[in-house]
Amino acid sequence: MAVDPLIELRDVNKYYGDLHVLRDIDLTVGKGEVVVIVGPSGSGKSTLCRTINRLETVESGTVALDGRPLPEEGRALARLRAEVGMVFQSFNLFAHRTVLQNVSLAQVKVRGRKKGEAERRSRELLDRVGLAAHADKYPAQLSGGQQQRVAIARALAMDPKALLFDEPTSALDPEMINEVLEVMRQLAREGMTMVVVTHEMGFARSAAHRVVFMADGRIVEDRTPEEFFTNPHSDRAKDFLSKILKH
Amino acid sequence: MNVLTDNLPLFGEGFLGTVELTVYSSLLALALGFLMASFRVAPVASLRAVGTVWVAVLRNTPLTLLFFAVLLGLPRFGLVLPFKVFAVLALGCYTSAFICEALRSGINTVPRGQGEAARSLGMTFGQTLTLVVLPQAFRSVIPPVGSTLIALAKNSAIAGAFSVTELLGTYKTLGELGYDVVWTFVWIALGYLVVTLAISALFTALERTWGVAR
Repeated sequence: MAVDPLIELRDVNKYYGDLHVLRDIDLTVGKGEVVVIVGPSGSGKSTLCRTINRLETVESGTVALDGRPLPEEGRALARLRAEVGMVFQSFNLFAHRTVLQNVSLAQVKVRGRKKGEAERRSRELLDRVGLAAHADKYPAQLSGGQQQRVAIARALAMDPKALLFDEPTSALDPEMINEVLEVMRQLAREGMTMVVVTHEMGFARSAAHRVVFMADGRIVEDRTPEEFFTNPHSDRAKDFLSKILKH
Repeated sequence: MNVLTDNLPLFGEGFLGTVELTVYSSLLALALGFLMASFRVAPVASLRAVGTVWVAVLRNTPLTLLFFAVLLGLPRFGLVLPFKVFAVLALGCYTSAFICEALRSGINTVPRGQGEAARSLGMTFGQTLTLVVLPQAFRSVIPPVGSTLIALAKNSAIAGAFSVTELLGTYKTLGELGYDVVWTFVWIALGYLVVTLAISALFTALERTWGVAR
């Protein structure tokens, strides 16, 4: 399926002190692909997701975006990060800025757009995630689901080549999970390249092209959702699925 | 009692000297403190080292010793400036170490995710710090920075011992003129109160406008 690779990780290893959290990770995500990463907690899924835009440094191996390896630090890294949007578990909207400013800030400061142009784009995106009426509120005045949709709009405002989702619904009340997943499904349908770390198996089944199953810092399986959910190869995946799919 | 009214010009000169020392040193301390705090949280190890050494040296040197080092030491390297400028340098650098640490504690109150979100949007370290982290840190550092600047105002008295015109130094002249030392000190103390209360009023106002909303 991987026609045109956008995100490439080769032999990536990462340690937290003595703890080997990522072991020889090889992963390629093609343009337009939706890859969902699942696995037990502590398996390294979030860390893997965060290495893609170098919020986590790696001890060995290479991470490349669109064929260009990620630089160590500085402006070159910042430029590449602007090409990859990220959505966090805890939303991380800028608490001292309004919703509109949250979406506009990086457009102006990083992309160099005019303020008016940035705000027009922001309102367009807020409208798309169903929050046009909340543009002038502060993040603390919104529900978790609304905050996360603003965070998605903020990431989209940079016109990224890919979006990373690090457990985007794990901090949400159950009734708000769907409004966020719906936005994500829509993005997937439109052909956005996405890497999604999640526990939402329904989303993995319906929206993913590939499911990557991780355990103990390794990629154990990397297959289509259909194959993974109906016929997992490894005992580790069988055990994992039996625990989460029973009830 | 008439020590004040008889010597108003002398007190006035001393008071202005203290105000001047306080204002210039505060500006220097805030600028350097800001710079050093940025260094201490920078992703570049050598910058972090500079910030750490700066704070360790200046925070742990007695201020009087620092005055000696600046006033007697710098001229040996050919740097000769008015004593007042030396005093501002000593006071400003000394206080910048405390400002730096107050700012850094404020930076640490801002959740990590705020900086991560900014960086993930492609902001540089400088943009992340000035647009996202510091504006939020600013709210929580208003009280400790106020305290540090009040300490600075009082520390400026040491400059008097190095023949810089300031408020405390007036007691020598007045003592020689035969005025009661107790009343002299009462008026001097009131002079310092005016400066320190002005600083606390300023910071109370800042906190009301910018402080953390509860």
